Amino acid sequence: MEVPVEFKPGTFCYGTRPKYLEEVGLPNPREWSPLDEDWKLPADWKDTVLAGIGERLKKNRAFHLFMDICVRCGACADKCHFFIGSGDPKNMPVLRAELMRSVYRKYFSTGGKLFGNLAGARELTFEVFKEWWYYFYQCTECRRCSVFCPYGIDTAEITMMARELFNLLGCNTDWIAGPVANCYRKGNHLGLEPHTITSNIEFMLDDIEEITGIKIEPTFNRKGAEILFVTPSGDLFGDPGTYTCMGYLMLFHELGLDYTWSTYASEGGNFGFFTSMEMAKRLNYKIYAEAKRLGVKWILGGECGHMWRVVHQYMDTWNGPADFLEEPVSPITGTKFENAKTTKMVHIAEFTADLIKHGKLKLDPSRNDHLKVTYHDSCNTSRGMGILEEPRYIINNSCNNFHEMHEDTIREKTFCCGSGTGLNAGENMELRMRGGLPRANAVKHVRDKHGVNMLANICAIDRATLSALMQYWVPDVEVSGVHELLGNALVMTGREGERD
Amino acid sequence: MGALLSFFVVIVLVLLALAGIKGAGLYVLFGTVIPYAAVATFILGVILRVIKWSRSPVPFHIPTTCGQEKSLPWIKYSKLESPAGTLGVIGRMALEVLLFRSLFRNLKTELRNDGPRLAYGSNKWLWLGGLAFHWSMLIVIIRHLRFFTHPVPFLVKIIDSLDGFLQIGAPHLMITGVVLLLALTYLFLRRVFIPQVRYISLPADYLPLFLLMGIATSGILMRYFFKVDIIKVKELTLGLASLNPGIPSGIGVIFYIHLFLISSLFAYFPFSKLMHMGGVFSSVLQETWPITAV
Repeated sequence: MEVPVEFKPGTFCYGTRPKYLEEVGLPNPREWSPLDEDWKLPADWKDTVLAGIGERLKKNRAFHLFMDICVRCGACADKCHFFIGSGDPKNMPVLRAELMRSVYRKYFSTGGKLFGNLAGARELTFEVFKEWWYYFYQCTECRRCSVFCPYGIDTAEITMMARELFNLLGCNTDWIAGPVANCYRKGNHLGLEPHTITSNIEFMLDDIEEITGIKIEPTFNRKGAEILFVTPSGDLFGDPGTYTCMGYLMLFHELGLDYTWSTYASEGGNFGFFTSMEMAKRLNYKIYAEAKRLGVKWILGGECGHMWRVVHQYMDTWNGPADFLEEPVSPITGTKFENAKTTKMVHIAEFTADLIKHGKLKLDPSRNDHLKVTYHDSCNTSRGMGILEEPRYIINNSCNNFHEMHEDTIREKTFCCGSGTGLNAGENMELRMRGGLPRANAVKHVRDKHGVNMLANICAIDRATLSALMQYWVPDVEVSGVHELLGNALVMTGREGERD
Repeated sequence: MGALLSFFVVIVLVLLALAGIKGAGLYVLFGTVIPYAAVATFILGVILRVIKWSRSPVPFHIPTTCGQEKSLPWIKYSKLESPAGTLGVIGRMALEVLLFRSLFRNLKTELRNDGPRLAYGSNKWLWLGGLAFHWSMLIVIIRHLRFFTHPVPFLVKIIDSLDGFLQIGAPHLMITGVVLLLALTYLFLRRVFIPQVRYISLPADYLPLFLLMGIATSGILMRYFFKVDIIKVKELTLGLASLNPGIPSGIGVIFYIHLFLISSLFAYFPFSKLMHMGGVFSSVLQETWPITAV
């Protein structure tokens, strides 16, 4: 830890523009860059940070325990994709946490106060603060390390606390603060306004009509619909997310599902989650608010990673209880989604797998015969709730060629795309490519062995970031959502037979 | 650096006890006062720390799940890795606390330069070493209860005779004593020889290892080599346990070294990483408890 931090180009994100902080009322908005000598922190920044740590120790037992009980056994060291890709020792999860623990010891523990350096304690200085900033924006909160930790120490939670502290001083990244401000004002990260949302979807509908001859007419903001559908806004905007979105549209049309889109609750993801708990709660609120306003019975969510961690593990505490909604029941099969009975929000992979199991969909997997598919488990859906089998079931019913990657790189041991938690910016591309190396390497292996040419996933950030990762490391592999594959295979009633 | 410093600290502790007993004859200090003070520090320190932890709430149920969750009825879910009921949670916690489940999962990841290519392999040494250390430590502690009880409970006697069932030498060689020292040596050597682990190791990581090694070594020396009058030792320890302390004369200095190192460990315990013993239950419980079981 004596090695001073060096901000290498390509490994960090820009500091946030002041307007984004002003729009959501966060402190210390100003023009600044992480490369500046002076970060224009308030004079009492140190007190703010220390008080912030103290407050969080009192608010969150996990954080307090994780500051105290690590024995530095090193089991986590080579589990982090950023350590594997960069070789930087401070990217070992244990050392990343030690960056903060050392300061905790100095100011909050008896041993550290008495013995200082010998007890592994150190002063909080501006250099230390910069080091925190650099390395806690090199953690994607993927939690792979916590799978191997004998105490279940969850580096993600330590990173979350660190990022909350940065936000007390206006030190968010531009790539996170921007989507947060957009989401707060317009309902989604991309800042799409209602007419843009509807026209983007109309583009997709035109494409679907051209290919299938079937005209789909979804509804927006319709009161009295049975189901509200919420998906990450990435699915509405860029390829290949839009193809996944077309898969949803085709599926719902074929089912004759009584559902509606919202142009207000138009974001399933939550960059507030990478800012602070309070911000995440504020941004998440709109989902329940809109469900209440429209009077739907329950909520169906699209393919997204951290959205599901938020929905599954946080939403009920923040914005619940959602007692104005009903326990979700599939209107097609009558299946009760028991695991969603408190949140009232179902993941589309569960919804669709249930349909296939009950024989409600006519699928022609041979339409995907040009694809050899592998599946990437997203960090959050695998380690944050355990959606492992459903997407595989959908893929296996939609495709004839499916190959798993190495067992140590999938399911609970899956590797992050290298760009989660708001690190999917452009200016930190070297970091992203290094962090994504383990994932790309496992894909390369099945590419070489089985000729895999499609990397499927159920996460909007994956769809946005894995494309770049594949282009760099394994250029002939493309990326798709699981519902894109389903859409390909879906035999629709009408003129559908002719499609190939 | 950290290792040398910690080693030096333990040597100083040994010399202190040696000088205190041999030189100054401070029997009451080393045989009564320090052990009581250490145990009081231990009990009070641990209680205060646990109270401090328990005052912070657990606002979210956010375990790391390691298997399929209970979702659709026809999908087999992982009862122990992503439990959906109290029984599963207890199971997951027991596996973790008693058998170190997560360490059993440990992998070795290597970046090979033909590519670059990543290679994965099983790596269970830390699991084995950790398990060997903790279990033999527990048995050694239980065995020692015979010094603090009269009559000695049946269970302690059983464990005692099982531990010595090889019946090598006289007194019988205790397997756990040997395993304990070997495991500690392994845990020390991996800190020195694995570059990543060496890099993250603090003096506070070596100190408990050397302290425990010192305790085990002095214990073994006392049992097999510099024999002490065991009846008098028991008189002293039983006196301590019954709050009726006394100092029988003629116990060898090696006993006081052993006792002083143990006292040091007890006093150091609440301020050190050894508190993982208390934290593991809370931490693992929190990390195993899934929302569906709430």
